[in-house]
Amino acid sequence: MTEAKSVTETKKTEDQGILKGLEQLTPEKIESVIQQVLSDETGARLKVYVETCVHCGMCSKGCHFFLSLNDPRYSPAGKVKQTLWEIMRKKGKVSPEFIKQAATIAYTQCNMCKRCAMYCPFGLDVAYVMSVMRRICHKLGVVPLYIQDTAHSHSVTMNQMWVKDDEWIDTLMWQEEEAQDAMENLRIPLDKEGADIFYSVIGPEPKFRAQLIFQAAVIMNAAGENWTMPSMPGWDNSDMCMFTGDYEMMERLKRRHFESALNLRAKRIVMGECGHAFRSVYDVGNRALGWRMPPIEVVHAIEYYNELFENNKIKIKKKFEQPVTLHDPCNISRGRGLHEMARNIVNATCENFIEMTPNREHNYCCSAGGGVINCGPPFKNARVESGKQKAKQLFAAKAKGAEVVIAPCHNCHGGLEDIIHHYGVEMELKFFGDIIYEILELPE
Amino acid sequence: MHDYYSFFTGPFAWITFLVFIFGSGWRFYSIWQLAKKKDSAVFEYMNMKFALRSIAHWIIPFGSRSMQINPAMTVVTFMFHISLFITPLFVFGHVVLWKENFNISWFTLSNTVADLMTLIVIGSCLFFLWRRIKLADVRYLTTPMDFIILFIVAAPFVTGFWVYHQFPGFAVMTIIHIISGEIMLMAIPFTKLFHMFLFPFTRGYIGSEFGGVRMAKDW
Repeated sequence: MTEAKSVTETKKTEDQGILKGLEQLTPEKIESVIQQVLSDETGARLKVYVETCVHCGMCSKGCHFFLSLNDPRYSPAGKVKQTLWEIMRKKGKVSPEFIKQAATIAYTQCNMCKRCAMYCPFGLDVAYVMSVMRRICHKLGVVPLYIQDTAHSHSVTMNQMWVKDDEWIDTLMWQEEEAQDAMENLRIPLDKEGADIFYSVIGPEPKFRAQLIFQAAVIMNAAGENWTMPSMPGWDNSDMCMFTGDYEMMERLKRRHFESALNLRAKRIVMGECGHAFRSVYDVGNRALGWRMPPIEVVHAIEYYNELFENNKIKIKKKFEQPVTLHDPCNISRGRGLHEMARNIVNATCENFIEMTPNREHNYCCSAGGGVINCGPPFKNARVESGKQKAKQLFAAKAKGAEVVIAPCHNCHGGLEDIIHHYGVEMELKFFGDIIYEILELPE
Repeated sequence: MHDYYSFFTGPFAWITFLVFIFGSGWRFYSIWQLAKKKDSAVFEYMNMKFALRSIAHWIIPFGSRSMQINPAMTVVTFMFHISLFITPLFVFGHVVLWKENFNISWFTLSNTVADLMTLIVIGSCLFFLWRRIKLADVRYLTTPMDFIILFIVAAPFVTGFWVYHQFPGFAVMTIIHIISGEIMLMAIPFTKLFHMFLFPFTRGYIGSEFGGVRMAKDW
């Protein structure tokens, strides 16, 4: 049994989004918003989760925050204690100071990775409880500044990164041109009707990681796919509104995305290597819109790449030589069971594969997901500290010889990059797309 | 003394059973009603196959990774829960009461086994108490009510042990034993002891989500 230290002092929140939001709060407003959310938007599920918890602490070891920081406040149930537990006990009569702390916990100390649900004997879903807390904070206007900015971007532009309509098309054409150096007749077909594949990405791809669009275009062309990308808003499958608690906006985003694909009569949506976007399209957003499962088939890059190799649609020159390890992102492993397919791809593309432990559904989170990294610089140090357990896990894989970490998720990349840098892990970080592109044999 | 005994094994026992049965029924009914009104998605995603798959992994000792990395807790929890249910149902002294009052009877535990199982329950409660006090994460979650519940659960077994071994004052202790058992039964619908009834539903639901939507294991 791990002997945790006692509770450490709470660090002061200096996030301007939270602080400014608090200035507008009165105890009456807090109470009425909480009452509204609890009575209109939650029900037996929340009640049973909070009432069934027997305070046994088995969830502690499910949480990388607790494992890294060894402080009882970071155990999943500990976070419920500091948020909904208290709110339900006091029927919403809590102070602005309480909301400040609760917002900090819900937005920055839980990655909503749902690992703890696998450690709780009752399967209580703390991520759901945290999402209720975030919903309350959103309605109170107490949201960390940086993630709220991305939510604003979503509502103005329908993408996460303030990418303007012409910039989007321009980026695609630029990447098409670049990729034509590699493959002469390569195209990124825009708005093609009836394509087999509607390819969507997250806002940060055109903004910071345009080479991923380039790589995807090369892979699609090499595989001879009938594919398309949309020229208009709806191209971004990401969703920070899902994480701020702005569900109305999340629904608009998901509807736009699905409709973009459906209007083009695409057969299915294939999306890039992103975890949270997949969660929003496959699990959360569709439900919010009333679809039990997505209205059009949604395929994550891992599933798609696996298909390419299974059907021999692409050829490789030779396998990737450096020893690799694989980080299973929560939203596509625990969220969609793609971990075995990911291993198929590793085996098809890499010479030497070293498992990190624990792995698959039990892998440790990157500490960046669930919108935590999007809360930005005010919380960066705390986030990296909560990645200590991840760093240990990476060091162990490195000791066995792994030099490259494959992480098929954007948030994981952001989080792991910081962890690798901060703890001096010195491992290289790659997407599957990077590896496939590197070893791909281009057709004549 | 005899009057007390008659009261607590007579009218009060009936009250206990009624409170336990109707209290539990009411609790289920209110949760069910609320779920029907507010959580229709829960019914939509509930899946018998995956629910049972999850429950099976979690009622088999060491069937989940969580249990594997907490071996002491796993061993104690299983022994505790098994003893907690088996002992009161099959201890000779109780079966005799069923025979006398309702003329029905069933298998009984040997006295040694019953004694051992009683000690297991008491020892387990001490272990849980130790965890609540000693482990910082558990201590942080612990409320006064958690101690009270632990006491409520331990009391019938401590007193039962006392009565069986006829320690001094066992006549009075018999009545305390009866009352403590009745308190425990009555407490079930109104405290966290109700977790025994909710387990299949919470476990079953997350199992359904993991199996049916997430296509992943939840153990």
